[in-house]
Amino acid sequence: MADLMVNIKNLSKAFDSHKVLDKISLNVEKGENLVVFGRSGTGKSVLLKCIIGLMTPDEGDIVVDGQEMLKLSYSQLNEVRKNIGFLFQSGALYDSMTVKENLAFPLYRHFNLPQSEVEERVVKTLEMVSLLDAIDKMPSELSGGMRKRIALARSIITEPKLMLYDEPTTGLDPLTTKEISELILELQKKLNMTSIAVTHDLICANIIADRAIFLKDAVIAYEGTISELTSSQDKFLQNFFSTEVIKA
Amino acid sequence: MQLSKTRRGRIGERLNEYFSTIGGLSLFTVEFFKTFLVPPYEFAEIKKHMDELGVKTLPIVSVTGFIIGLVLAMQSQPVLIRFGAESFLPGMVALTVVRELGPVLTAIIFAGRVSSGIGAELGSMRVTEQIDAMEVSAVNPFKYLVVTRVIACTLILPVLTVYVIFIAIMGGYIAITLSQSMNFNYYVNSLMLSIRFGDFVPGVAKTFVFGFIVGMVGAYKGYTAENGTEGVGKASTTSVVVSSLIILLFDMVLVKLTLWLWPT
Ligand SMILES: Nc1ncnc2c1ncn2[C@@H]1O[C@H](COP(=O)(O)OP(=O)(O)OP(=O)(O)O)[C@@H](O)[C@H]1O
Ligand SMILES: [Mg+2]
Repeated sequence: MADLMVNIKNLSKAFDSHKVLDKISLNVEKGENLVVFGRSGTGKSVLLKCIIGLMTPDEGDIVVDGQEMLKLSYSQLNEVRKNIGFLFQSGALYDSMTVKENLAFPLYRHFNLPQSEVEERVVKTLEMVSLLDAIDKMPSELSGGMRKRIALARSIITEPKLMLYDEPTTGLDPLTTKEISELILELQKKLNMTSIAVTHDLICANIIADRAIFLKDAVIAYEGTISELTSSQDKFLQNFFSTEVIKA
Repeated sequence: MQLSKTRRGRIGERLNEYFSTIGGLSLFTVEFFKTFLVPPYEFAEIKKHMDELGVKTLPIVSVTGFIIGLVLAMQSQPVLIRFGAESFLPGMVALTVVRELGPVLTAIIFAGRVSSGIGAELGSMRVTEQIDAMEVSAVNPFKYLVVTRVIACTLILPVLTVYVIFIAIMGGYIAITLSQSMNFNYYVNSLMLSIRFGDFVPGVAKTFVFGFIVGMVGAYKGYTAENGTEGVGKASTTSVVVSSLIILLFDMVLVKLTLWLWPT
């Protein structure tokens, strides 16, 4: 039990009468990369938001790094959140701040680092996503793919123990997709980072996934390694992945 | 039958919205008082917002203040002449501006310019998940975004009001000199004689409350915006209407309170 990073039991979430997640149970080990598949609107983003406490589930338990997320006070919750990174599907860059300020924001807030070290970390992290020349730009001056990569940089700059990626490579060209996926893999190897990544992207999933789950009809319908899922004889999975391969 | 049903539905919806705004605003205000004394204090943010608010509103309140003083003097002059009370003109302009017009008009203009701005700004941060992003990076967005703006509004509006009062009194003087010659010293002396402590302090003090209202309503509407860009527009416009209305209501109450505390 001790080496579980995320432990979810019987998690349910509905909007009005529409059940999005129905008694989902899920474990993620420390240092593991889990990929979450599912068609659009099946509750992948909702799952990530429940884990970090942006949405409150209707029932169930969520334990992250030994902490019962739903029983914590606001300040305790924030302590746990300092060790979690979250990449929003939409990026959610602060549009009144420059790229540099966006990246420095979480650093200044939580780590009593001197100015010089903050700048060093910002530069280093921007280099990781190969966007150092965007350092003084405003988010509105960036392309969609650039915004995605800056958002990724902002979420990993604090080197969290757990990363929740909501579609880290959507909208990126295949080459950048490969680079970003390799970066995610490298973070896992170097920092022993655990991650849960929602993605549709087989290139990305192939590179990063230790294990994958597939959400369908509000439950985890399939689970296994990528090759197990892609070579499955199940009609639905075959259908899903064949179109995915063509897109990729 | 069909029609009356939908109409009742609409009115019901409106009422519902009305009460949920009042309820929501009250909870929001409670939250403000619970958080604003808890460190860390975002002094830098507060100062930044005050600068922005000042720069944003100074031109418009200057023009308004000047014209108000000017028009007030022009309008009052013939009336006072009719009653043979022309010598009261400086005092009358000053009293009207200090006690009521200065504070309330500045607040209403401030509401139009600032409340909508805050509503739109926080509204777009809400619908593009920037507020959620702050939340997950363990920064309390209420404290960082709402409290700082409300405090900035509360502190800057009284300053603007004093400035507007000053400009309006200048405007009054210029209007008077257009039709008759009056020594500036005489003008100042005679208005100083007619203004008492009980006129100035409550007039300006109530603008702290007005500033708070403007910040609070704009922040509330923006912070709770829903439904994408449409919600942002709605947050911005409704915050002007609601904050202006609440300002006028509070003005009524505060004027009554002032008259009771400082009877004339
Ligand atoms: N705040 C909300 N209020 C109401 N319904 C919501 C809300 N957020 C999500 N939903 C609903 O929950 C369902 C799952 O949404 P979610 O965003 O998790 O989908 P997703 O799997 O991430 O899809 P995509 O791949 O398109 O991002 C959708 O049907 C959506 O309509
Ligand atoms: Mg999603």
